[in-house]
Amino acid sequence: MSMHTLSVLVENKPGILARVAALFSRRGFNIESLAVGTTEHPEISRMTIVVNVEELPLEQVTKQLNKLVNVLKIVELDPSQSVQRELILVKVRADAETRSQVLETVQLFRAKVVDVAPDAVTIEATGNRDKLEAFIRVLEPFGIKELVQSGMVAIGRGARSITDRSLRAIERSA
Amino acid sequence: MTTEQMTGAQALVRALENVGVDTVFGIPGGAILPAYDPLFDSKKLRHILVRHEQGAGHAAQGYAMVTGKVGVCMATSGPGATNLVTPISDAYMDSVPMVAITGQVPSASIGTDAFQEADIAGITMPITKHNFLVTRAEDIGRTIVEAFHIASTGRPGPVLVDISKDALQATFGFEWPVQMQLPGYRPVTRPHSKQVREAARLIVEAERPVLYVGGGVIKAGASAELKVLAELTGAPVVTTLMAKGALPDSHPLHMGMPGMHGSVGAVGALQKADLLVTLGARFDDRVTGKLDGFAPFAKVVHADIDPAEISKNRHADVPIVGDAREVIADLIVAVQNEHENGHKGDYADWWRQLNAWRDTYPLGYDKPDDGSLSPQHVIERIGQLVGPEAYYVAGVGQHQMWAAQFIKYERPGAFLNSGGAGTMGYAVPAAMGAKVGAPDTQVWAIDGDGCFQMTNQELATCAIEGIPVKIAVINNGNLGMVRQWQTLFYNERYSNTNLHSKRIPDFVKLAEAYGCVGLRCDRAEDVDATIAKAMEINDAPVVIDFVVHQDAMVWPMVAAGTTNDDIKIARDLAPDFENGD
Repeated sequence: MSMHTLSVLVENKPGILARVAALFSRRGFNIESLAVGTTEHPEISRMTIVVNVEELPLEQVTKQLNKLVNVLKIVELDPSQSVQRELILVKVRADAETRSQVLETVQLFRAKVVDVAPDAVTIEATGNRDKLEAFIRVLEPFGIKELVQSGMVAIGRGARSITDRSLRAIERSA
Repeated sequence: MTTEQMTGAQALVRALENVGVDTVFGIPGGAILPAYDPLFDSKKLRHILVRHEQGAGHAAQGYAMVTGKVGVCMATSGPGATNLVTPISDAYMDSVPMVAITGQVPSASIGTDAFQEADIAGITMPITKHNFLVTRAEDIGRTIVEAFHIASTGRPGPVLVDISKDALQATFGFEWPVQMQLPGYRPVTRPHSKQVREAARLIVEAERPVLYVGGGVIKAGASAELKVLAELTGAPVVTTLMAKGALPDSHPLHMGMPGMHGSVGAVGALQKADLLVTLGARFDDRVTGKLDGFAPFAKVVHADIDPAEISKNRHADVPIVGDAREVIADLIVAVQNEHENGHKGDYADWWRQLNAWRDTYPLGYDKPDDGSLSPQHVIERIGQLVGPEAYYVAGVGQHQMWAAQFIKYERPGAFLNSGGAGTMGYAVPAAMGAKVGAPDTQVWAIDGDGCFQMTNQELATCAIEGIPVKIAVINNGNLGMVRQWQTLFYNERYSNTNLHSKRIPDFVKLAEAYGCVGLRCDRAEDVDATIAKAMEINDAPVVIDFVVHQDAMVWPMVAAGTTNDDIKIARDLAPDFENGD
């Protein structure tokens, strides 16, 4: 098994998230992470889907995804040719005794504190999965009270945009 | 473009007329009721009032299969819509172009568990090619055009259009023509020429090629091209359950049907082949048997219009995405080029082997010793007396396999059945739809007594609407195929397979109660006369209760979970593949 990051451009229509998610579960694939949002073109949404599968099943699920009428384009992003980021918000126990150590850790990982209470701080951090996992490991001894993570978003490096051609297709048919 | 004030319901009827629909199978109910009012006035649409929505769906399938057009069924929300789920699933598995139109509760009530509310778009998401929920009258016309386009192009399939009651009732300015908005839908039909040339090279280099032909060839209307390709190459052809008649059964290159109940010749051809030229087939488990033992020596050329089928079950060495007709037409040219360059396949040794299997292991059956009626004999005689011009529609089970084995199909599309889904109860309503689509052609359902009791309420529809189908019930009193498995794999413990349908119900009386002619036959010497009598009746549906022996079994058989090499021609009797000649 290996991790693959798929960027899926879809029509921005109701129900499409359910179609994509249902297709993965029906064909027996687990989604590791999923993030959805609109793109620079309001009629197009972009899903970043991380799946843990072998090469052949990945090809099959990509073909099945392509058959969904509302799916416009699928690109697999190579980690070395793309920037991949996740965001976490984490609430860590921090009283007068430990606060300075927690803040030091925050500095070290270039994260930031977004809320402070007498016995806890809430920290925001972004990065790739490895960095965030390391950050969480370091925070754990202080006591993690709550953790929330976004899905991964990813974008290809360089000047080219994957939305260009799909948009032209939409204009042609409109 | 013209604009006209009308209701959403009127727009629905107008759009259906404009896309060329002439027949709708359905049942009205609360949420779809607004649509039935303008439907009442339509001069172009014939609505056939069925007795159960499942009947409407299978009828639409039967209609689509014989006309090549999109079949249309209509139902109300909630249970009306959920009763369509089985035929929609069936159409999805067998790639039948169909549009199902369902009423939905008013948009303001969606999600409130309103009376007769069901999320039919959600329910049918995995069994439709696509579906729509329409809540604005303005979107009805465009959605209908899109639905018919999606259902009928690329790999055909069912599309569901769910329309909220308020959208049907709203008045708006209807515009025609409409522009489709399907930027993500681009089926590929033109095959890649480099791949086609590679396939042609493999064909002429192969020593033991087989053309493995599936239902896609029939859907694409590619039978004429297939015949040319087969005769040009001289390669043997096997046609799957969904491809019966794609090449005439009588054609010398035809080796029969492969699969769990295929002929020894067809199964052996695939197992010993060094090349499979797969045309519009999908390596279904009922064809391949245990996958890792399937066609172990073969390279695979796989042509299909659906890219997701290629290398799904079996790796394709040469993948070709395209419409079967275009692929085969291009293959013909490419093979001709190879021939002109002096490269021609020599399959003489291969044919010696194939002919030996064909001669040694023809399809056959034993007649019961006790003088009772043999089901295979009945079905064989129906095929011989009714002839190749008729349509034959089977249910699911033993009778279906015998109808595939013992009726000779000489033209594409003459055999309708539920292949992928295996839906018992398909035959009566599908035959009804087929007869509506081809009123001048004889339509014979070959049904089992189990299947027949699932959907025979449509006999009323047939009698009242003037749809004179013939229904041959092969009545062995049991769920025969399940009983066969119990015989073979469950120590003859016949748990819940005896339907007692030789006693209850009386199918002749049932037929008469439904306004049909009922006939019964339980002796071999009466079979021909009974069939002849049924053929003479053209003003009413005919049901024939053929009371047959209950222990007849379907052979050959590849048991589930075993490889095709383990095919048996009778219980504990395996063919000798190595020593045919």
